[in-house]
Amino acid sequence: MANLKEVKARIQSVNSTQQITKAMKMVAAAKLKRAQDNILQMRPYAQKLSGILKNLSALPGDDNNSTKYSEERAEDNILLIVVTSDKGLCGAFNSSIFKATNRVIENKYKKQFDAGRLTILPIGKKALEFFTKRGYNVISDYWNMFSPVSFEKSSEAAQFVMDSFVDEKFDKVEIIYNEFKNVATQLLNVEQYLPVERPEGAEDASFGIDYIFEPSQEEIVKELIPKSLKVQLYKAILESNASEHGARMTAMDQATDNAGELLKQLRLTYNRTRQAAITTEILEIVAGAEALGS
Amino acid sequence: MLLEIVTPSKKVFEGKVSVVTLPGAEGSFQVLNDHAPLVSTLEEGQLTYKTSSGETDTFVITGGVAEVLNNKIVVLADGLLEENI
Repeated sequence: MANLKEVKARIQSVNSTQQITKAMKMVAAAKLKRAQDNILQMRPYAQKLSGILKNLSALPGDDNNSTKYSEERAEDNILLIVVTSDKGLCGAFNSSIFKATNRVIENKYKKQFDAGRLTILPIGKKALEFFTKRGYNVISDYWNMFSPVSFEKSSEAAQFVMDSFVDEKFDKVEIIYNEFKNVATQLLNVEQYLPVERPEGAEDASFGIDYIFEPSQEEIVKELIPKSLKVQLYKAILESNASEHGARMTAMDQATDNAGELLKQLRLTYNRTRQAAITTEILEIVAGAEALGS
Repeated sequence: MLLEIVTPSKKVFEGKVSVVTLPGAEGSFQVLNDHAPLVSTLEEGQLTYKTSSGETDTFVITGGVAEVLNNKIVVLADGLLEENI
């Protein structure tokens, strides 16, 4: 039989662990609410922006999309933007990102990787640590995005990526992040960032609207495309942020449940042991009394 | 006509208006009902609109894009400097 004192100590430690996971769950839930609001608020902007771009590229005449951001080159130098969280304890959230990254490298960019021409731009502390430790080429200037998330900070990173693409430092850029579907589900997303792909459905949307352009069509497209790129990165970061809190909430909920289960078992053992001790004690006393009496 | 002002962080305004003055890249301009389709970049400056009920309101935006199409104006502002001066 287990030692009474030991079991008691374990019950206490499991109890305090359960309190911590419970508190973390609450915190994650509160943060999730805010992160979710952020995405919902920015979605209209992203939609409107891509709507305008679509309308513009549906116009007849010169090829609007052949800007310096959509130039397709031989894929020599690759940049992967990997979005994770700053903190752990959120289930498989980060490890699934790393797995996906490795899969992408393995399947698509093995050649570039072996030649040392694949670079990672980590966002979030976990990604920074993971890739630095494993000796990847890492750009470590932009990992700190989450405290708090701001459009200005992500714009800086986006600007840097766009500039290096134009300077032909990288020929292809992809983003890997978790997309927020609902609290319990994250969708792993691998998105091409640069070169810019032609917006879908560009042909039919609003063919031939006679726009007045101010200052000129070219200028506007030139301004809109970098803007939509910045928004795309910002959106990825927001999505990942909301997913992180969702993942942490589910993970902590599970941990709290498990701790409860464990507590139940431990209490049972404790009571059994206590009962056994009492029974032995009574037996001893009765036996002693009987010995005296005879 | 319908006016919508959105920034990356939130939707600022949506509603019926009669006049909108926008800080265009080549000077401030005004949009009235039934304006022809237009796309313009915006500079930092004041955006003023008058709602159908006659109230005027002003935002200061840091730049952005405006699209006018079928009596709907969409303003994508990069950010707001200060609200309602």
